[in-house]
Amino acid sequence: MGSAGVRIRIDGVSQQFAAGRHRSPTQALDGISLDVHEDEFVTLVGRSGCGKSTLLRIVAGLLKPTAGRVEIDGVAVTGPRRDVSFVFQRPALLPWRSVIENVLLPVEILGLDKQEYGRRAHDLLELVGLEGFARSSPWELSGGMQQRVALCRALVANPRILLMDEPFAALDALTREDLSLELQRIWTEYRKTILFVTHSIEEAVLLADRVAVMSPRPGRLVKIVGVDLPRPRSLGESRRSEELHRRSAELHELLFAREAA
Amino acid sequence: MRHAARLLPLLAFAGALGVWWLVKWAFGWQAFILPSPGEVAQALWRQRSFLPEHAWVTLLETLEGFLLAIVVGVALAVAIAYSRTLERSIYPLLVALNAVPKLALAPILVLWMGFGAGPKVVMVVLLCVFPIVLSTATGLKSTAPELDELIRSLTASELQAFRKVRVPAALPHVFVGLKVGISLAVIGAVIGEFVGATHGLGYVIVASGQNADTTLAFASIAVLAALSVALFYLLVALERLLIPWARHEQG
Ligand SMILES: Nc1ncnc2c1ncn2[C@@H]1O[C@H](COP(=O)(O)OP(=O)(O)OP(=O)(O)O)[C@@H](O)[C@H]1O
Ligand SMILES: [Mg+2]
Repeated sequence: MGSAGVRIRIDGVSQQFAAGRHRSPTQALDGISLDVHEDEFVTLVGRSGCGKSTLLRIVAGLLKPTAGRVEIDGVAVTGPRRDVSFVFQRPALLPWRSVIENVLLPVEILGLDKQEYGRRAHDLLELVGLEGFARSSPWELSGGMQQRVALCRALVANPRILLMDEPFAALDALTREDLSLELQRIWTEYRKTILFVTHSIEEAVLLADRVAVMSPRPGRLVKIVGVDLPRPRSLGESRRSEELHRRSAELHELLFAREAA
Repeated sequence: MRHAARLLPLLAFAGALGVWWLVKWAFGWQAFILPSPGEVAQALWRQRSFLPEHAWVTLLETLEGFLLAIVVGVALAVAIAYSRTLERSIYPLLVALNAVPKLALAPILVLWMGFGAGPKVVMVVLLCVFPIVLSTATGLKSTAPELDELIRSLTASELQAFRKVRVPAALPHVFVGLKVGISLAVIGAVIGEFVGATHGLGYVIVASGQNADTTLAFASIAVLAALSVALFYLLVALERLLIPWARHEQG
């Protein structure tokens, strides 16, 4: 991937939230610069409140930064784009639609071919092990199953960029690991550029090509760490998990050292 | 448990009838002051072709007014939900209009529109449009923030967002307004009939009052209550049919 270009360029992005009635102005982000390359998997870690969601929303075009700019394929981001998908912390499924109708929502909105993408939607549900639930209603599914549906919805229109905001945070450890493996499989199969927010260091190391570490108040990028371990990675495999744990421990130290300083 | 839940309203109803009967018996009132439940039941049977005829008139006025109120109310709600300017200008007007005692308007409506169904339908609209506007506007504006961001991130147009997310998300709220509105609608029709009518249960009540036929008045009120309850539960059934997901939300 030597010629791989920059897909997302975050250039000196700062975000200040104006003072509210009971709140002083917040410097949520301070001069963040980060390049994410084509087909790269970058995770953003940092403790709660360090501005990870804010940064992701700016990249998605859902929020305008107070300073700096974001470019995707060299074009400044001014609003949401068709080739960028967002996966939220909560599944955000429409309860009045069945599972398959939820997955097809982007297809309807983007005006894509229903037949072609209908098949794709079914393939995706199969990929995440939900082929038997296409006609079910969201409330009939567990939280983990709902998040899988949200993942299918994010993938159905074949976006080139996935922005994921702690998509597995609400899940138990086992389901989380399941979905981590699925996500790696999807990523290797479909080749996407992924920017993935988490506050779990293990998850960040497990998934990423590079881990970007943030520190809070104001949100800054502290360090970018490359993880060049073979895939698919899982915490269960002892040979690799040792290496994963070593990297995680390093990052732990880095985060705590910043707090002490 | 389920059986008990079904039996409870029946028990309460029987209890109320018992109290009614006891009060009458204790004070020794005659039928023209307070008829007994049995006398009312007899009147209902005697007037089994007369009362439904008038109930039908009241029902039609109620439904016409209610449907009109839905059309007007939803249009106003959309305007309020989508325009701050319209919200600021229409809203206080609606509140003021709602504060006017509608009964006071009834004679004026008759003066303007005569003795036909017109003033009754207008009265129904005046009574039930406010809760419909309020609940629909609230529903349209209270789309969950995550659904809002989702639809925005999908580059949906405002029209797509409205049709695919805002309207369905508003439906549970809308039904709250409709259920409050339907009882008010029946009351509106009766108020309209009190003032100037030749048909309808409201007219029957006024007429039987003038003839000191209290038993017939009570029979009419009983029919009116049954009508109102039936309409309410019809809406509840419609709600279950249309939005089965509302009961499962936020599990
Ligand atoms: N809309 C907003 N208005 C005002 N302040 C905000 C807003 N959104 C975020 N903030 C503030 O910006 C800071 C960063 O918030 P953000 O949600 O990006 O953090 P985060 O890193 O995603 O945290 P978490 O891990 O808990 O999700 C916080 O201090 C928060 O209070
Ligand atoms: Mg967050």
